[in-house]
Formats: sequence, structure tokens, C-alpha cells
Amino acid sequence: MKTRFSLGQLAVWGLVAVVIALPPLVKNNYQIFVVTLIGLYTMLTVGLSLVMGFAGQVSLGHATFYGIGAYAAALLSAMFGLPSWLALILATALTGLIGFFIGIPIFRLRGHYLAMATLGLNVIFSLIIKNEADITGGPSGFAHIPPLSVGGFVFDSDTKMYYIVWFMALATLFISMNVVNSRVGRALRAIHTSEVAAEALGVDANTYKLRVFALAAGFAGLSGALYAQAIHFISPSSFDILVSVELVTMTAIGGLASVWGSVFGAAAVVFLGQFIRDRMNELLEGASGEQEIIVFGLILVVIMVFMPEGVTAGGMKLLRRLRMER
Amino acid sequence: MKLKLNILLTGVMLAALILSACGTATTSAPLPTEPPAAPPPTEAPAAPPPTAVPAPAEGEPYVVGAFFSTTGPVSSLGEPEWGTVAMLTEHVNGDGGILGPDGLMHKIDLRKYDDQSDATKAVEIVKKLIEEDKAVAIIGGSGSPASIAVIETVTNAEVPFISVASSSVIVTAADGSQNHWVFKTPQQNYPVAQVQADWMKAHGITKLASLGVNNAFGKDSMAAMQRVAQEEGFEIVWEGTFEPRDTDFSAQLTAIQGTDAEVLIVHATPGEGAPLTVQFRDMGFEIPIVHNHGIGNQSFINTAADAAQGVLFPIGKLLVVDQLPDSDPQKATLKTYQDEFIAAFGKKPSTFGGHAWDAFMMVKEALEHVGPDSAAIRDYLETNIVNWVGISGVFNVTADDHTGIGKESLVLVEIDEGTWAYVDPSNYADTP
Amino acid sequence: MTFTEQLAQFIVSGITQGSIYALIALGFVTIYNVTGIINFSQGEFAVIGAFIAITVAQKVNLFRGQFDVELEWPVPVAALIGVGGAVLVGVLLYRLGIQPARHASTLSQIVATIGASIALRGLVLLAWGTDPYRIPPFTQGKPFKILGAVITRQSVWVMGLTVVVVVALFLFFQYTLIGKALRASAANPGAARLMGINTRRMGLIAFALSAGLGALGGIVITPVTFMTYDRGLMLALKGFVAMIMGGLTSPFGAVVGGLALGIVESLAAGLISSGYKDAFAFAVLFVVLLVRLGGVFKRGSGEALERAGL
Repeated sequence: MKTRFSLGQLAVWGLVAVVIALPPLVKNNYQIFVVTLIGLYTMLTVGLSLVMGFAGQVSLGHATFYGIGAYAAALLSAMFGLPSWLALILATALTGLIGFFIGIPIFRLRGHYLAMATLGLNVIFSLIIKNEADITGGPSGFAHIPPLSVGGFVFDSDTKMYYIVWFMALATLFISMNVVNSRVGRALRAIHTSEVAAEALGVDANTYKLRVFALAAGFAGLSGALYAQAIHFISPSSFDILVSVELVTMTAIGGLASVWGSVFGAAAVVFLGQFIRDRMNELLEGASGEQEIIVFGLILVVIMVFMPEGVTAGGMKLLRRLRMER
Repeated sequence: MKLKLNILLTGVMLAALILSACGTATTSAPLPTEPPAAPPPTEAPAAPPPTAVPAPAEGEPYVVGAFFSTTGPVSSLGEPEWGTVAMLTEHVNGDGGILGPDGLMHKIDLRKYDDQSDATKAVEIVKKLIEEDKAVAIIGGSGSPASIAVIETVTNAEVPFISVASSSVIVTAADGSQNHWVFKTPQQNYPVAQVQADWMKAHGITKLASLGVNNAFGKDSMAAMQRVAQEEGFEIVWEGTFEPRDTDFSAQLTAIQGTDAEVLIVHATPGEGAPLTVQFRDMGFEIPIVHNHGIGNQSFINTAADAAQGVLFPIGKLLVVDQLPDSDPQKATLKTYQDEFIAAFGKKPSTFGGHAWDAFMMVKEALEHVGPDSAAIRDYLETNIVNWVGISGVFNVTADDHTGIGKESLVLVEIDEGTWAYVDPSNYADTP
Repeated sequence: MTFTEQLAQFIVSGITQGSIYALIALGFVTIYNVTGIINFSQGEFAVIGAFIAITVAQKVNLFRGQFDVELEWPVPVAALIGVGGAVLVGVLLYRLGIQPARHASTLSQIVATIGASIALRGLVLLAWGTDPYRIPPFTQGKPFKILGAVITRQSVWVMGLTVVVVVALFLFFQYTLIGKALRASAANPGAARLMGINTRRMGLIAFALSAGLGALGGIVITPVTFMTYDRGLMLALKGFVAMIMGGLTSPFGAVVGGLALGIVESLAAGLISSGYKDAFAFAVLFVVLLVRLGGVFKRGSGEALERAGL
């Protein structure tokens, strides 16, 4: 137990070092922006891995909370004129709260029903932001979102945004590590193994799942709010079902029950997506971007069928098997 | 033990990923997106051939950025735009490039990407075009949301952007002024509604139903219709929307059947417009159906087939170039574009490709006069695009109007036996 | 048009669209009963079946103009080939993606079928592009008029074929050996295996059958509402809602659920808000789920209930 924790800490400090050292090494703002996106996705993915990996609950509508955070931050600062740092905090808290209250009815469902309900949630959310144009800007999107500023310090460059996003991403990772290693984490693993047994032992499964779901929603809200403040523009297509599926892909690649895998999953999907987008054209004249879903879809199937623990853990297994054979 | 190794392995893989990302960032050159179309820059300029009259030497290529939606909901717009720009680049480079103000010939290094009809991807791409590809000017944004989304990015980076989408908010800021770094080549939706109004007046129609796609384009077009209705005294007796890529409109059409509308005005692209028209005919409506310029693509006729007969819509002149009176100032330019497009792709061009033609040619002309200087290109576009004959119209761009074309650039077109037929304004009352 | 006529029209349109939901829901029920899996790629069968039929029935160019197909065979033949093609895809999907994961958790299975769904969607996009496609109606001619509502000939085909399929399916399950074996493996897989029924093969047959049902739905609706590469997910979601409305395991319920969903959707979109058309299905879903939950959940949550999701 002790060594594991210190190794975890080692990973934390290693990642912190990489995060701090990266910007000067990177050639331009675009690369910084891409790594910032990975940070944003990490917050989403780590929350999803808590819900899916540790609580064992399917959530196929996680982009909903990402979107709620983004629109809440946009509305609070651009329409109600709140300072953007306050909008960020309120958007995060509000999304967590909404997650909690949505979780109450939804977590009475299991398995397929839950999957369906979360997908339905995402569909309804997309329709609301498209149709309530007076508030959300509708399909044209919500523009002119003020950048994050704290006490006169404005996060107005890609590098500044990069640091704040990764600071928050590391914070969510750290919180998640603690959750996993706490009483709640043990309870969750028990629920995952057998809910009935866990309940017989006095674990109130629903309360734990709800708390984790609210936490994941809060992470997503934070990510969405930061996204809105980084890009100053949001539109419905950033929060639709396909984004939710993409998030599930990231979580699956990183390993459903792996906090640290989240960073890897987010990075892998972002880089893979870019690689495919750039190279697709060479394979088939005129073919482009959206076909990346073929690759992501196949990855999902292969991982779920052959290494449901994720690429890192699956790779481990393979390594061990190879070593055994030798 | 298992967990320990697990964390280690994650760390290693992560480090590898980040390192490889940095590696590409620091060492490798940006990838040309389409090697065959855009030849890699030659390092040393070719020595001038030893002839009596030396041809201009070749200078550094000019990098122009482009992004279109070749997949996703607005791909029917993005594909002809993409094709047109690729074709024009090939022509320019085939002729040796652009003769810049420095007296050297410059190839155009076109960096083009697909934004997948997604506004966020568009922002990412534009950042990439500016930061990594170092584009001096950017054209594209097939869908209005994508174009609107990148306004802030190009403004902050001070790179001129010519949009090929039609929504008025692309060029007009909330306070009514024009966005400094943004121009657009398609007509606004307002003059389109004006032409529709002229036709309705000729028929004595006063009550209309307005049905539009629920996206930036449809919403903008519906708003234009509302404005025109208010100004000219039409009554909108029913208004509704459908989702992009919806193909079942029975509910909306049934609701319209319950009203006393005398015409149905549709704001859509071929993807939804064609199924809508088929269902409109199937349900036995007796009122006419009038679309807007969104459906001006051959795919509309192909998909709607017989149902397209008698459909009316205002659009730029390209579709009916052969039927235009010879006095039309755009006729020669339109004809050239049409011939070149047919030679390259074996099919007729659409007005969407025409919007991209205008944007590309404006940038090309600016590059010829001021070279690869973003600020100078912007100033050139604002002051020197005067009586500029393009595909979408005759442009007169000013500081107060970054679109530069109005109602006179539009014609009313009727679909007749699978072809586009030009309707002269004097014949509005007899059509259909 | 009077309000009554309008109402009649909404119901006719709703039944037409609902028939497709019903066929897809039937596919869901068949697979679920035999294998315990909810196949989220169910809607893609409809899309793939329709696109194959389209390709056989008319001139189409594939892979961005790389291949021109000019078969132009008669529509009924094209429809059969479309169904056959989708069945093949269903079989492949089962062998490659589902069967190896049959012992995985529900969560893994759900995610795997979602993955299969978007991969198939990407393949359709690659081959056929983004345009909407149509095949001609099965029979030409003027639409009928009943109570002031317009019924196109294709709508009649849609409803008629749905009835025929439901009846045929009933006879198949009730009177054929395979049908009985399928029912047996659904009711009690362990006992079925002991009786010498190859439950793995039954899974395969279930996938083939439901792929065929989905494809048929996709093909008959194409003359009415066209087909695009990205319709699969929404069709699957609606089909699943219909299945839940019908009580999860009942084929008859799935059909009623599908028709009811189609009518509700049509009425709500026409009378309440067309912008929220797709939301109504899920509103119905939440109501159904929560009402059903009220009674069931209090009894506790054993493993069997967990499997059923309640």
C-alpha cells in the first residue's frame, strides 16, 4: 500500500514537471492549444473513469455536463456580468449540483437502461441549447465569452490558459486519486464487484454512486467552463452525443478504472484524431476528417472485447504473458 | 505489484506520447495536406534560364489557409468549395505562380483542412493555419457557425479571413459595425428574402408559411424573411423549424396544411430540402413552394427528381449563366468558371463553389499587389474591391460593407424538367 | 384542412414512421431475448441495408467517384439483396465483436456495440458520402385519401410489410424448430444447452434475424424519408425506446411501442414544437422508466433484476 502511494506521487511529480517544462519546448501556440485541449479532456475522462471504472455505471452522456459547465460560465459572465473567475466557480458548482439531482432518478436505473437514459439526456440537452436561441445563441453558437481573469490578471494567451487548465487537470487527478484510495473508493470497488453483497455489508451503494457522479459532473463542468473561457466561443456541436462517445473512447483507451490512464486516453485520442485528419487524404482522395470515427469505433470494440481494463493494463497483461513464455 | 507496474507503464507511455508530440513540434516541418496539389517548396530558387528575356525568378511560396466542411451536415457546400479552391491553386501554380510586388514569381502553398461542419474544429484549424502553417490570409468556413466561431481568432491574430458562408453576423458585429478582419462573399439572406417578396407581390400573395432548418443559416434566413415581411406587409401565418439532416417533415407539413398560407417558403440545404420537397408533393399541397439559395446544388435536382419540378428560388447567376442576357457584366467571368470547373470535375459548378472562387481570387489579387503581408491584404480587400466582377456578384466592398453585393446579384430560378431556368423579373407573375 | 383531418394526418404519418421503430424494436427484442445483449448498433442495420438496396437499384458512385455502379436492378430484387447484405453484416458483427465478448460485463458489451455502431457509420460515410439517397416507391401512383389524410402508396407498403413481418415472425417462433429453440434459449439458456441446443448458434441466428428486420425497415422507409449515413444512432435509440415501452421482452409489445412512439412523436412535433421532435421520444422514455421503476425497485435489486436493468 505504501509503495503504491509513493509511486503515485512520483507519477504526480513527473507529470507536474512535464507540464511545467512543456511550453518553452513547444514550437508554437497551436501545439500549446492542443495540449491544453488534452488537459480539458483529461478532466472529463478522469470523471468518467470514476463513474464507469470504479462505480461501474455506464454514462454515455457525459458531454451534457461538459456543455452545462460551458454554457453556465458563458451565461454568467457574458449575460449577467459576473467576474469570470466567479462564473468559473459557480459553473463548476452548479454542474456538480445538477449532476447530483439528475443522478437521483437516473441512478435508480441499471445497465442498458442507464446507458439509454444518459444518451437520452444528451439528446435532450443538445436540443435545448439548439432551440432556446434567445438564451444560448442556438445553433449559431455563443460568442464573445470573456476570458478568465483573477484580480486583474487576465488569462488571455494560449500559454496562460495552458497553465491554468493543467493546474486544474492535475487537481482533478489528485482529488480522484484520493477518492479512489479512500473509504469511498473501497466502497465503490465493492459495489462494482457485487452491489448486493456490498449493500448487505452496509454500503449504501446509491449514495456513493451519486456522490461520485456529482463529482464527475463537477469536473466536467469545470472543464466546460474553462473551455468556454479559453476559446471564447461555444456551439452545440461541441457537446453532442458523438462527443460523449469520444469521451468514452478516451476512458476506454486509458483503462476504465485507471485514474492516470485518463491522461493517456485523452492524449491518445487527440493525437490519433489529428494524425488521421492529416493523413486520411493520402489514403483516399478527398476523404477526410469525420471518417476518423471508423478507427475510434474499432478501437472501442477491440478494447472492450480483448482488453476491457484498457490499453495500459491490457499491455501489462501481454507483457506478463510474454515474460511467462520466456 | 500489478498496480505498480501499471502506473509505471502509464507513465512511460505518456512520456513517449508527449515526447513524440514535442518531437514533431520542434523538429519536423508541417505536413502539406495534399502533396500532389501543392508541390513542396523548393529551397533554392531556380536559377533564371539563360535567355535573352529572363523570366521572373521564383520566390518563396505564399501560404494561404483554407478550411471547408467536406464532411458533416454542410458537406454539400464544402465539397464544391474545396474542389474549386484546389482547381484554382493548380491553375495558378501551373502558370508558375503569382507575380508578387517584389518582381518574383510565387507559388501558392494552399493549406486546406476539413472542419467536419464543427465550429470548434474550425477554431482549432484556424489556430493551426495561423500558428503552424503561417497562413497570410484564410478563406473558408462553409457553414455559418464555423465562420462565426473563428472571427475572434483571426481578429486577435490579425489575419484577414474571407468567409464563404452567408449569415449576416459573420461580418456585422453586435454594434452594427463591420468586423475589421472578416469579409464574406455570399449574399446576405436579406436580399434573398427581398427577391422572394418581389415574386410574392407579383402573385398577390400576402400570407406565407416559413419553414427553416434549425442552424445558423436557416435561422438567419428566417429572420431575414421576418424583416422583409414586416417591411412589406406580408403575414407569416406559420413558422417552424426542423433539425439539420432531418428527413421526415410530415408533422410540420401537416401543421402547415391546417393554415391558410398561400405559399411555403423553405430555408434549407439540399440535404433536407430535397426530402422536404418530395414529401410536400406527396401530401398533395396546392400552394407553391419557394426555397432559398441554400438548395442551389445539382444534388437537389438529382435527389428530389420529379418533385423538384416547378420549385422556385433566388440565387446567384452562375446556375443560369447560359440563359443570362449578354448585357450582364458577370456573364464572361461566370462562363469561364463554369468551363474550367467542368473540365476539372466533369460536372457543373454550384454557387457554393462560386463563393470560394470569389474568396480565392480576391486573396490572389491582393497578394499580387501587396505581397504576403496580412495587414496590407486586409486593407487592399477593404479599399480595392470595387466594381470587382466575381461569381457571386459585382462586388463593391467598403469599410461599412464587408459583403459588397446585394439584391442585384440575385436572379430567380425555376426548376424545369431537371434543369435550372432563369426567370426574368418581368415574368414573375406568370411563374410557375 | 380541418383539425380532425390534421389529426388523422398526424396519426398516419406517425404510424408510417412508427412501423420502422417497430421493426427495429423487434430486432432489439430478438437479440435481447436470446443473448441478453442490447445491441446499440441496431440502427446501422437499417442504414446499411438501405444503402445496399440503393446501390443495386440505381446508378450510384461509391468512394467519392472511384467506382460507378450501374446495376439498376428492379427494386424488389434490390430490397432482397439489401436485406441479405445486412444479415451478413449482422453475422460478422456477432462473430467478431459480440461472441468473443459474451462473458464481458454489461458495460463492456454496451460500449462495444456503440463502438461497432460508429465504426459502421464511418464505413457507410466512406463509401456513400453525406448526400441523402432515395429509391423509387415500390409502386407508382396517386396517394389515397382517408378521412382527409393523405396516405402515399409507399406508406401502405410500409404498414403492410410490417404486419406481414410480425405475423411471419410469430409463426416462425411458434411453429418452426429453430424458432422453438430460440425461445427455449431465451427462456432458460442452461436448460436449453442441456437439451442439446447450441446457444451460440442461436445467438448467431438472432443477430442475423434482427439485422434482416432492421434492414427491411430501412429499405421500405427510404422512398418516404430518404436515407443518410448518420441516421443509425437515432433509429437505434428510438427503437430501444419502443422496446422499453413494449415491456422489453415482448415482440408484440415492441410493435405496439413502436407505433405508439411514432404517433406520439408526430403529434407532439406537429402540435407542440417541431424543434423538439427528437426530444419527445426520450421524454416518453423517462416517464415510462420512472413509472415502471416505482413498483419494481422497492423489491430490492437482485442479480436477475440487475441484468434486466430494473
